[in-house]
Amino acid sequence: MQDLGISILFKGTNFLRLLGGLGITLKISLISAALSVPLGIAFGMFMTIKNPVTRAISRIYLDFIRIMPQLVLLFIVFFGATRMFGWNLSNEFSAIFVFAMWGTAEMGDLVRSALISIPKHQYESAEALGMTKLQTYFQIIIPQTLRRLIPNTINLVTRMIKTTSLVVLIGIVEVMKVGQQIIDANRFEYPTAALWIYGVIFFLYFFTCWPISIVAKKLEAKWKN
Amino acid sequence: MDWTFIQKYWPDYLEAAGLTLRIGIAGILCAVLVGIFCSAVLYFKVPVLRRIVAVYIELSRNTPLLVQLFFLYFGLPKIGIRLEAGTCGIIGLTFLGGSYMTEAFRSSLEAVETIQFESAQSLGMTGVQTLRFVVLPQALATSVPAVVANIIFLLKETSVFSGIALADLMYVAKDLIGLYYQTGEALLMLVAAYLIILLPISIIGTILERKVRYAGFGN
Repeated sequence: MQDLGISILFKGTNFLRLLGGLGITLKISLISAALSVPLGIAFGMFMTIKNPVTRAISRIYLDFIRIMPQLVLLFIVFFGATRMFGWNLSNEFSAIFVFAMWGTAEMGDLVRSALISIPKHQYESAEALGMTKLQTYFQIIIPQTLRRLIPNTINLVTRMIKTTSLVVLIGIVEVMKVGQQIIDANRFEYPTAALWIYGVIFFLYFFTCWPISIVAKKLEAKWKN
Repeated sequence: MDWTFIQKYWPDYLEAAGLTLRIGIAGILCAVLVGIFCSAVLYFKVPVLRRIVAVYIELSRNTPLLVQLFFLYFGLPKIGIRLEAGTCGIIGLTFLGGSYMTEAFRSSLEAVETIQFESAQSLGMTGVQTLRFVVLPQALATSVPAVVANIIFLLKETSVFSGIALADLMYVAKDLIGLYYQTGEALLMLVAAYLIILLPISIIGTILERKVRYAGFGN
């Protein structure tokens, strides 16, 4: 009954269960993103401090997080922390912790490059116009930084959502796991279920991330100087 | 730290690193070819094809590799397309990487300024000559940092291959943790393996980036 394979979606509450799984994915990625933004802004400012010690610390942190695959970081926190320190972290907590650390590094680098991309003459021109320090920041520097920062931050959110698909490998029941459960439960009635379920999950991810990417692209085009 | 454990099992990691690199490099090379093709289609505004390329780029950039792999490895056999895990890995990496490479090449092609074309034209160069001697050398040079970043990104992404039962580095580490519960040692070797593979590429990337900064003209 190959042609009827897609009907598995409408059997019982299967589709709703998949959406619920997607909800778990989104919850983890949005919490991590929400933590990453303020922490990343702080980290980005920390990175612009001209001090060899803080520079070295931030460089090592950034490079280590960037070079390690996110899955390795997940394993280090989820399996390593339990074994080495006896912390019994739940898989959801580990995932949010890792993605927030990763997001902080990425966001920090975005903030840093946005901050150093403001040419010095912007500060000097503001001063020449008789603006105070506060006015300079709020009316000249921050608006320009935000223009560069916001599209990139939105892109970071889509990357976060895509990366969250990895959490199935540390046993969180999210959209992929729910999909597997549906496939396994209907192995005999719907032998082609895997094709449809994974196909649908593919498009669920696509229709989650695509609109966000479009917004980022629109903003980027609009604010291009 | 149990050093004898590390001594005993590091050859497993070596083998797994070989597999990661083989599939990674094959996927990256295919991704570069796809990228060259698609960016040429976009650059020359080939009708119809450019629409298809645009759809492909959006599909590939907005879905995770793990989902793509699950579809290839578990989904496609249901309609009779049975692929080996390694082949799935290469196809998945090509599908994902192709769009990232396309963006890298396209943006550096577009970064070549119009004055360059006009100057070439005023010197009496033909279209092919302009492309060969003026546009491509500049575009290639400016695309280097993005391409290196993509290579690192794609090699990192190979870590999800363990999800479709390919015995890559992640898989070996997970296996050892499961078998012997030597979590610290297994993870240490995993981190070391990825550092040994990725750190040199990252350093070369930084050096290249510094070099090609001189290649930008007119800005």
